[in-house]
Amino acid sequence: MTKNWPLWEVFVRSKNGLEHRHFGSLHAADAEMAMENARDVYTRRNEGVSIWVVESKYITASNPQDNGELFEPAQDKIYRHPTFYDLPDDVKHM
Amino acid sequence: MKNETLYQYILCIADNSLILGQRLGELCGHGPSLETDIAITNIALDLIGQTRSYYQYAARLIDEEKTEDDIAFLRLEREYKNVLLVEQPNTHFGYVMARQFLFDVYHLMFLEKLQYSKDDQLVAVAKKGIKEVSYHKRFSSDWVKRLGDGTEESRQKMQEAVDDLWRFTNELFLMTDAEKTMAANGIGVDIAQLKEEYYKEVSDVLKEATLTVPENTYFTKGGKEGIHTEHMGYILSELQYMQRTYPNMTW
Repeated sequence: MTKNWPLWEVFVRSKNGLEHRHFGSLHAADAEMAMENARDVYTRRNEGVSIWVVESKYITASNPQDNGELFEPAQDKIYRHPTFYDLPDDVKHM
Repeated sequence: MKNETLYQYILCIADNSLILGQRLGELCGHGPSLETDIAITNIALDLIGQTRSYYQYAARLIDEEKTEDDIAFLRLEREYKNVLLVEQPNTHFGYVMARQFLFDVYHLMFLEKLQYSKDDQLVAVAKKGIKEVSYHKRFSSDWVKRLGDGTEESRQKMQEAVDDLWRFTNELFLMTDAEKTMAANGIGVDIAQLKEEYYKEVSDVLKEATLTVPENTYFTKGGKEGIHTEHMGYILSELQYMQRTYPNMTW
């Protein structure tokens, strides 16, 4: 038996209309405890309206060694950015 | 004083939150894990916040010159009217959660009635408190179940804690003269009526936690009349230290 509780990642939606963002991680024995701990650790200053928790082991991360093949090909392709359009000022959160 | 009975009644409510908040505050930085440490401190702050609202109201009743701090820091032990349950020591985490659970179940029931008081101030404090205390109860009953239904050691510790604290539960429902008067005129809560529901709810959680509901019928009392256990003096000496040593100090 390991002494530490499993690690969980916490995602918080700051307000309605925005996406959940990664806030940090914490330890908890199960999902219910992870939710309560997330509430206490990350939203006690009124930071959120919704919380997601997921056990860290279920996240598949990219390997930094693969950064070359994964990301570098995109660096010289600025035409893939939608920067050639004029956005009206009224459009928020783009 | 404009309304001595109402003042005494407010103390009966608020002192529970003050002393339990102080007890939980002692654990700041000493929780078993970072997460539970923060949770316990959050609960302490909720309770102290509620206490402030009650004391600010009480201070206006006694004297224009008095403030919430006078009531919190400058009374004698016999003048504190909290129940004995909340002053019991932080023996271990399971004990803290058992104490919290036995109080939270009562506290939420009480506030749910207090929100229909004829006193607007008390209604406002109760309504705000209900949301906070609902969470406290969820947190503490969760832990009672986890530890009760956990390992052999955690189960044994939780059972011992519940057995030990059980004798303080009956006092929650004994009504002082101030409480009887306030209940009769629609300002206070007739807490004696909550007793049956309380023991049913507590027993349900204990059973779910695979714990044995204590059957002892010996109950102790006195806190509400100002007669406290040996722990109270130590709590107050820490709580009151700054104001006693440096009178009227502020920061």
